[in-house]
Amino acid sequence: MRVKVLSRNPDDYVRETKLDLQRVPRNYDPVLHPFEVAREYVRALNATKLERVFAKPFLSSLDGHRDGVNCMAKHPKSLSTVLSGACDGEVKIWNLTQRKCIRTIQAHEGFVRGMCARFCGTSFFTVGDDKTVKQWKMESPEYGEEEEPIHTILGKTVYTGIDHHWKEPVFATCGHQVDIWDEQRTSPKCSLTWGFDSISSVKFNPIETYLLGSCASDRNIVLYDMRKSTPLKKVILNMRTNTLCWNPMEAFIFTAANEDYNLYTFDMRFLESPVMVHMDHVSAVLDVDYSPTGKEFVSASFDKSIRIFPVDKGHSREVYHTKRMQHVITVKWTSDNKYILCGSDEMNIRLWKANASEKLGVLAPREKAAMNYNQKLKEKFQFHPQIRRIARHRHLPKSIYCQIKEQRIMKEARRRKEMNRRKHSKPGSVPFVPERKKHIVAVVK
Amino acid sequence: MATRTSRRRALRQGAGARRDTRRRFAAVPACGAMAEQEPAAAAAGSDSDSEEGEDGERRHRQLLEAISALSGRKRRKLAERSEASGQVSEFNVSCKGAGEKLLLSELLQPIHPKSTLGSVRKELARVKQKAAVELPLSKEEAKRVVREAAYVTSSKEVGKWQQVVLQNRRAEQLVFPLRQDIATVTPLERVTSAWKARTPLEQEIFGLLHKTQQPITDPLLTPEEMASVQAMSLEEARRRRAELQKARALQSYYEAKARRAKRIKSKKYHRVLKKSRRRQALKEFEQLHKSDPAAALERLEELEQLRMQERMSLKHQNKGKWARSRAIMAKYDLEARKALQEQLARNKELMQKVRVEPPEEEPCEVPEEDTTALPMPSGANPWMLGKPSGLAPEPEAQEGPRDDTVPVAVESKGKMEEEEELSEEEALLQDFEQKRQQRTGNPEGHSKDHGADETETGAEQPRDSPVPPDCAEELGDSPVPPDCAEELGDSPVPPDCAEELGDSPVPPDCAEELGDSPVPPDCAEELVSAGLEPPPQAQEELLLSEQLRRVQTMEDMESLAKEELVEEQEKLVALRPGKRARQQEKARTGDRHTKKAATKRKMISLEAVLDGKPQEMDCSSLPVVLEEEEGGIEQRGMITEAFAGDDVVADFRREKRKAEEAMKPQPVNLVLPGWGEWGGTGLKPSTRKVKRFLIKAPPVPPRKDQHLPHVIMSEKRNIHAAAHQVSKLPFPFERHQQFEQSMRTPLGPTWNTQRAFQKLTAPRVITRAGHIIQPISAEDVPDTAPGSRARLGGEAMPERKAVPRGKAVPKGKAVPRGKAVPRGKAVPKGKAVSSGRAVPGQKAQPRHRRAQ
Repeated sequence: MRVKVLSRNPDDYVRETKLDLQRVPRNYDPVLHPFEVAREYVRALNATKLERVFAKPFLSSLDGHRDGVNCMAKHPKSLSTVLSGACDGEVKIWNLTQRKCIRTIQAHEGFVRGMCARFCGTSFFTVGDDKTVKQWKMESPEYGEEEEPIHTILGKTVYTGIDHHWKEPVFATCGHQVDIWDEQRTSPKCSLTWGFDSISSVKFNPIETYLLGSCASDRNIVLYDMRKSTPLKKVILNMRTNTLCWNPMEAFIFTAANEDYNLYTFDMRFLESPVMVHMDHVSAVLDVDYSPTGKEFVSASFDKSIRIFPVDKGHSREVYHTKRMQHVITVKWTSDNKYILCGSDEMNIRLWKANASEKLGVLAPREKAAMNYNQKLKEKFQFHPQIRRIARHRHLPKSIYCQIKEQRIMKEARRRKEMNRRKHSKPGSVPFVPERKKHIVAVVK
Repeated sequence: MATRTSRRRALRQGAGARRDTRRRFAAVPACGAMAEQEPAAAAAGSDSDSEEGEDGERRHRQLLEAISALSGRKRRKLAERSEASGQVSEFNVSCKGAGEKLLLSELLQPIHPKSTLGSVRKELARVKQKAAVELPLSKEEAKRVVREAAYVTSSKEVGKWQQVVLQNRRAEQLVFPLRQDIATVTPLERVTSAWKARTPLEQEIFGLLHKTQQPITDPLLTPEEMASVQAMSLEEARRRRAELQKARALQSYYEAKARRAKRIKSKKYHRVLKKSRRRQALKEFEQLHKSDPAAALERLEELEQLRMQERMSLKHQNKGKWARSRAIMAKYDLEARKALQEQLARNKELMQKVRVEPPEEEPCEVPEEDTTALPMPSGANPWMLGKPSGLAPEPEAQEGPRDDTVPVAVESKGKMEEEEELSEEEALLQDFEQKRQQRTGNPEGHSKDHGADETETGAEQPRDSPVPPDCAEELGDSPVPPDCAEELGDSPVPPDCAEELGDSPVPPDCAEELGDSPVPPDCAEELVSAGLEPPPQAQEELLLSEQLRRVQTMEDMESLAKEELVEEQEKLVALRPGKRARQQEKARTGDRHTKKAATKRKMISLEAVLDGKPQEMDCSSLPVVLEEEEGGIEQRGMITEAFAGDDVVADFRREKRKAEEAMKPQPVNLVLPGWGEWGGTGLKPSTRKVKRFLIKAPPVPPRKDQHLPHVIMSEKRNIHAAAHQVSKLPFPFERHQQFEQSMRTPLGPTWNTQRAFQKLTAPRVITRAGHIIQPISAEDVPDTAPGSRARLGGEAMPERKAVPRGKAVPKGKAVPRGKAVPRGKAVPKGKAVSSGRAVPGQKAQPRHRRAQ
């Protein structure tokens, strides 16, 4: 007699160690798992809600400066080190993991206008209102050694900005002109001028490193070629550009922070119109920095907030503000794409998460999988009104909120007026000017 | 050297008058040759030049020339006036023939065209060709040109990144940092060597370290450690290691072998093993007996001890728990009986007194015991042994073809006595042979053996079936598994055999099939059920549904669709109807449907006829107006003529009715045929059951367009759900189907395998914590490791065509990135979602009014 019994292979349900997860046999027959869209919709809704619940981007503030923070620089080799220069000429080096100042230098008299680290991370340069360019060691002085710059160059005019070449021992300063310096010499290798006006910032292209971009107070953005020591092209905007930043992953793209509350992303090959106009700020944009992945950038504004824009979107995906944060003068995105640093008028440097609801620390694989799944769900259902409503919701201080409203009204009024004008004039006499073209005055060859 | 140069200078000044003569000399080729020879001589004696007169003068000149030739390039000779003339120009032009007399004959001669004038003409032409040089550009302009040129070249260079940038923008996933470099750990020695103690504390610490001879630099070993390292030589260590390895390997082999042997479940193997062990023991005993009789005696005593123990214990007597349970089972179970007997036999064996006889006899006695294993041939008590010989072949009979087990069982009982007569040896032999042949799968040898057996013993086979021998052989011995053999065996069975099969307890429907139909199709069906490939005919029959009615219009098609529904329900009722019955039924249902459809059609036409006129009268206000005109009637007539074929009104009514029907809730049928009553082909569940299990849907509220004859109002739109639905097509999608498709594909692990889930939810950008992301560089561009720039240069500046229109396409938008539509398509698992579900993503296109 043979008794037939159900027999299963223990390999299918017995786990190898007791730390393993219990194996759950699954039947993927769609009949057994109905309402997939509806269920995923609910999951997406929950994920979106949780994202908003956990969105706490502010990490800490580094205080220690005795005047407004005017400029910052990232350490090219160390993630935990950041440098900042204040309006009283003091330079501080911070350790981000300890959230402490590890070194303080009285670098200049008056403002520290600009600073940059050398590509190897062994030294850094500062320029100040005292018409000097100073090179400092990154390491703190040895025991008994005095805090002194390695080199000091005394110039004729005030330097307003400085940037270091990404590969060679060359740096560029700006003031009345753009000067390219060799590190070993006390006079500039070459001076690039085009017109006479004070240039507020100069930046090296991180990919094609011989290219430079600068913006001057006569509302223009000028590109230079270091090899030929000649300017290339100039684009004049409606208002002054404060700074620009090159995209670290796309050689020909740069973004300019403008006084007219907008940011303009340009393709340097086609300067006739910007690739994208990013508008959301309600006051002058003072600084901009790209994320190292080149997908997003952060901008600091006079309206006491910082915003994160996707490169290909006209509006920001995130706005950060706190009650105590005043006009944000400088902003940096850390090189590991995780954090944002902003220095503001009220002497503090603030550390934010780049992704507001991200969980910090090591994630278990399951956590990671769940996070990815939630992310994809949010992406998938982002167009659904309920989900979008929750995902878009942000709190703003009253001042910004009111200003946004006001500006919306103004914009609408302008639009209406133009429409009326068009309606009551000869067809074709009032042309439609696209938003991208509106802000460009001229391109000078 | 200095003296020579000064002299040369003096000579040049003084020798102005002699210059033309020197020139003449230089023109003579022979002199040139001499001059070439000269330098050697000149080098030898350059101081003997002032001795002779003219000859010396000439030589000196030659020397000078030679020296000037040595210096390489020719010195530009200063043009000097060598003769006096009245006309002196500042360009050293001397008029050669100024003083000469002019001859008339020369004047009379025609001017030679090819003479010196030719060159003059040429020069003139050249001068004419040259345009005037333009004014140099102004500084500003020049700079502008330079800038433009530089801009073009540099933007072209930057444009090399275009491809890379586009690729990265489109990339499904980007992992940063792009270049995964391996972290290098700087050795401690290098770190320490660069570092010097400065503070007093550090110096103190270093002093301590030095004092205790702690190593600071490479190698990081204290002297003691060094000594211990040197204590054992390398070779020795190697040898030891090799030995150890070998030993370990051997041990592992042995262990593996033992494990394998232990795992063998075959009883026979163990029996054989035991036997061999016994033999071994016997051999040893024999040897012992020969070599050392005293030891042999000791062994014998040991055996005696064993016997005593056995006698004292109840171990192998049928008194244990197990034995008692077996005893109960023994009545019904052959195996139990056998086991019991085995145990008894063992008891017997152990209790048997060891005969201390002359040693020659003993060995031959004992092996006999062993070869027969447990069933003991010794004639101690044959009744105690039961009948192991009869039982042994029994399981084989069971293992044979299953279908005829019953007759076997019956017959085997009948043949018990005969089997008992078989000698045990033979039974065993048979057993072994059978088993071996089963293993080797050699049917022929088997049959031969069978034949031999039969002829030799004349006894019947233990596994005898009612099937004729040849057939049985086919059934039993073919290497095909028994059930399959049965299937296959059906067709080639000779008729008599088939009849026999018919007698045997085969499932009735199968028997029916065998009985009434020609073989091939049924066989095919059977094959289908067995999972084999059916012949194409059978498949075609399954695909087609043949009917008497012809389907021509759309309406007919729709009724067909309904029909199919009905058919499906009927299928549920009759799970496996016979083919013929099905066909009949189809014919019947077809008839019924045609009738139904006919009646329906009649009704429709009737309605249309009835309602048609008032409709036209009511709603067509336009034609009324037209009628007032003169040509109105004609026009109307034309229109009616043109649209004579299609009855719009009837169409609309039909549509509305359809919409109404679609909105009606369907009753839920939960009837399970065969539960609580007989089921089978042609049997329908009873009406009582249908009534009980058919759940009627609650009545729906009246339609909004109930009283509006020429309006269809869709009531599909759910206001509560609409708040959650997407009201307009979002940006990157171009058609709503695309969007719906992207919604339809579930992402979660509930619906996808783990692998697919991981793939679907892979993040777009991956960064690593604590890694610095450097800007992209030529080395980062994949698959272009050596000539990366070559790849980058793949595409020069793209033309921007849209610029003049002022509609510059932004780079970001040109490529829909985040939620690109094709992603949804690319997903392998596409599922059709039935439209009835509440799907937030899908939005019914509300079709509110459709007036006539």
